[in-house]
Amino acid sequence: MNIPDELRYTSDHEWAKDENGKVRVGITDFAQDALGDVVFVQLPETGTLVEQGGPLGEVESTKSVSQIYAPVSGTIVEVNASLTDTPERLNEEPYEGGWLVVIEASDLSELDGLLDAAGYREATE
Amino acid sequence: MTASPGGRALSAPLAGRESEPTLFELSVPGRQASSFRTTSLPEWPAEDLVPGEWLPEAPVELPEVSERDLVAHFTRLSHRQYSVDLGAYPLGSCTMKYNPKLCDEAAGMAAFAGVHPAAPPALAQGWLELLVELEEMLCAVTGMSAATLQPAAGAAGELTGLLLMRAWHDAHHEARRRVIIPDAAHGTNPASVTISGYEVTTVGTTERGDVDLSELRSVLDTDVAGMMLTNPNTLGLFEENIIAVTDAVHEAGALMYYDGANLNAILGVVRPGDMGFDIVHLNLHKTFATPHGGGGPGAGPVAVRTELSPFLPGPRPSLLDDGSYGWTSPPRSIGRVHSWHGNALVLLRAWTYLRLHGPEGLRRVAEVAVLNANWLKEQLRASYDVPYDRPVMHECVVSASSLERDTGLRALDVAKRLLELGFHAPTIYFPHIVHEALMIEPTETESPQTVAALADALAEIAAEARTAGRADAARAAPRTTPVGRLDEARAARNLVATYDQRAGGGDGGGDGAHDSRG
Repeated sequence: MNIPDELRYTSDHEWAKDENGKVRVGITDFAQDALGDVVFVQLPETGTLVEQGGPLGEVESTKSVSQIYAPVSGTIVEVNASLTDTPERLNEEPYEGGWLVVIEASDLSELDGLLDAAGYREATE
Repeated sequence: MTASPGGRALSAPLAGRESEPTLFELSVPGRQASSFRTTSLPEWPAEDLVPGEWLPEAPVELPEVSERDLVAHFTRLSHRQYSVDLGAYPLGSCTMKYNPKLCDEAAGMAAFAGVHPAAPPALAQGWLELLVELEEMLCAVTGMSAATLQPAAGAAGELTGLLLMRAWHDAHHEARRRVIIPDAAHGTNPASVTISGYEVTTVGTTERGDVDLSELRSVLDTDVAGMMLTNPNTLGLFEENIIAVTDAVHEAGALMYYDGANLNAILGVVRPGDMGFDIVHLNLHKTFATPHGGGGPGAGPVAVRTELSPFLPGPRPSLLDDGSYGWTSPPRSIGRVHSWHGNALVLLRAWTYLRLHGPEGLRRVAEVAVLNANWLKEQLRASYDVPYDRPVMHECVVSASSLERDTGLRALDVAKRLLELGFHAPTIYFPHIVHEALMIEPTETESPQTVAALADALAEIAAEARTAGRADAARAAPRTTPVGRLDEARAARNLVATYDQRAGGGDGGGDGAHDSRG
């Protein structure tokens, strides 16, 4: 199971990456493996306000539809439009090309409350 | 286009393994499967009957086939299908029990089938009496006091139930916004909540497999309109704290909604009304053995407590003061939820089923369903993981987790391999809270010999996966069915829902339609 050290994690299997005050968000390798083949991704539009722990979007696989939750509060400033045509990127590269959105965080310290790689590894075992 | 010969049976398992042509491929211009042989009505051009703006600019391209070719086509397709008439269908949560033929026989009687829904009540007294009786029997089974027979299936029943919930709160001048559902709920629950304009609040499941009571209490407030629950739950377990759950919800001023999908387990033993539920939907196509959707139509009646009866959809079949039967509308009805009076011939089948079994027989249905599921679970213990390990009700949820860890074989592979061993697959990957879930519901209609054969087949698949040299058998399955393993991800990512014959078989759909071996 690939759990990069430099990322922060939620117990709902999202990852968050601090990029100079903006937070890139995706789902973990564990999550994509559990979901199976992803066939559809629904994401908010840029400019949408999200709350930490509140709904961010949905990922549909051949098994189920799963809600994605925002790891931090803030405004959506970027959305990965390539997932519309190639949702399989979520399976193939969950930490790179399969990212979901970038959030302009209203309070970066929210990141400190998330799990680190060791904590997330423990949560998935 | 050159038509395929409609009378050639190369796609029937008996005669060959070719893919079945579509109706468009069987089409020959000018052919038709119906003719008005005995009518004396004159023919009239469509242009004289329909305003020009409503007429299509070009003729609609429909397949043109003879009755003979049409019957051959659907007969061949039916021979390629798995059905409840063909064998065991242990699709968990769906209660795919065998449908007694007596019920079909009743539904085929011209005295019922030949009555137009607009017939005046005086000419449909038998029908009306039957519908009133069915309502009474469904209320007796659920512990409710009034019902609507209109909803077309389970999800339609859920929506109806939630609209009743809203009407009830409106009548009490309360604007509540949230409905609570457990994380193990059927997927239709959150969908129905959303469609009815409410917001979903999810509560978790304890390690024993029950609703987490303390979490439930923490989310209950005056914004909660109700809670949707099925009991037994989707893990096949009876909620041990059900009275505490319904009490807590009622104390918050909210209503309890019973999802009747799993009613088969408690039929004649305990009633949702006794547990504290206020609104109950029933899947007649599950518990009362009427045909399922696709083979349906279905029926999802909703039964309620007395306080909610003024809001029921109408008109309802009723015994009038003069001793005859007629139609009446509840005073504060939410209106119709189906055209005419619901799927009446399905309702007739359920009435027949209830009469066929009687109270004792219904209890026996539940007892044998529960016995079969528990016996099966114990047989599977040696080959699969048993999460939430305690006596189950009508179905059992086992997990292929260890099998996956040891052999790489997943629940999906197990399900596909089971097809080759002569059984329909169980439900897989549900409920979501169980990893690599296999949700198996043998139902009461399968004999001990059949349930034993199903257990043996599932054990054989696990043993095979752990045997060197045979481990890959399931990954290639199914190889013996008319259609092999389908690319489910591609089908969903490149959805082609229409057949466009002008494009020679549709956008990207053409190759799929002809590739019977997957």
